[in-house]
Amino acid sequence: MRNASPVPVLDSINHNLINMLQGGFPISENPYQEIANKVGISEDELLWRLEVMKTDGIYSRFGPLYNAVALGGAVTLAALAVPEKEFERITELVNAHEEVAHNYQRAHHRSPTQFNMWFVISTETADEIGQVIEQIEAETELTVYNMPKLKEYFLELKFVL
Amino acid sequence: MNSQIDLDAITDADRRVLEAIQGGLPLVPHPYAEIGLSIQMDEEEVIERIRILQQSGVIRRMGIIVHHRPLGYQANAMVVWNLPEEQIEAFGNAVSPLDFVTLCYQRRADLPRWPYTLYTMIHGKDRESVLQRVETLVELSPLKQQTDYKVLFSSRRFKQQGARYFNQQRTTTTQNDGATQHHPAP
Repeated sequence: MRNASPVPVLDSINHNLINMLQGGFPISENPYQEIANKVGISEDELLWRLEVMKTDGIYSRFGPLYNAVALGGAVTLAALAVPEKEFERITELVNAHEEVAHNYQRAHHRSPTQFNMWFVISTETADEIGQVIEQIEAETELTVYNMPKLKEYFLELKFVL
Repeated sequence: MNSQIDLDAITDADRRVLEAIQGGLPLVPHPYAEIGLSIQMDEEEVIERIRILQQSGVIRRMGIIVHHRPLGYQANAMVVWNLPEEQIEAFGNAVSPLDFVTLCYQRRADLPRWPYTLYTMIHGKDRESVLQRVETLVELSPLKQQTDYKVLFSSRRFKQQGARYFNQQRTTTTQNDGATQHHPAP
């Protein structure tokens, strides 16, 4: 795996915080104080710990996770079968679209298929998904496979430490 | 999923709140008051609107969006399953509670080349632990070892940014696929 970085030292309080804060955050006047009370530290210490963990890259953001569809937007997962020697060029073409939110090269374990580029397209309106797919097909001269979500199984975000 | 949300019920004031918090909450004792200052809204109203937006499902949750790799989850695989239509739901319900399954979606197949309809994201400390976990899922599937599934390890990540709902910033994250949590959830 690339970019393997040493695992930062997280003490038991930070472990507790991450586990707890993945599950939700109070919507109240003193939310940090409430969390601090649960963990048994002062509010000042909690805010300091969150600052440090943010700086250390333990988490990317502290805030809301939106439901795109509820906001009128649309999201889909798409794939391309990219010839290996074209990979860099095609990557640039795909990523140039600001609607492409994530893009991963994926290799199939033991059962090769040619679907090796997987990306998420996220747009402000449902119609735009098809437009972006058409543009990418025109630019890359490849077929974009489109796998929109039909159902989401509920699960907690759970990186249990 | 709550798909019954009335878009018209989301007011301009709600949108101002959603836009103001999309980049994250400030690390100060009264974060909602500080958010309110930037949009000329008092703390009480900001709190009330966020509560309603969360109850109605526009905000899926408030909390921390972790980076997986610094936490020691170095490997992830998207495992896709081609199951008989009538068995998809039972399998989805069986595997989604497992703590190493971090996303579980049913998606439309893109036939004839791509028949897979159930997508599970599996994180682990390394590839070996991910593969062991996949074996656990295979044993839970109706056809056991005869199941048609594929394990797709991510080998490189080219882009990871939040989806954009509001024009000013691109910092919002949806639960879309991998990672990111990052990674998401289309």
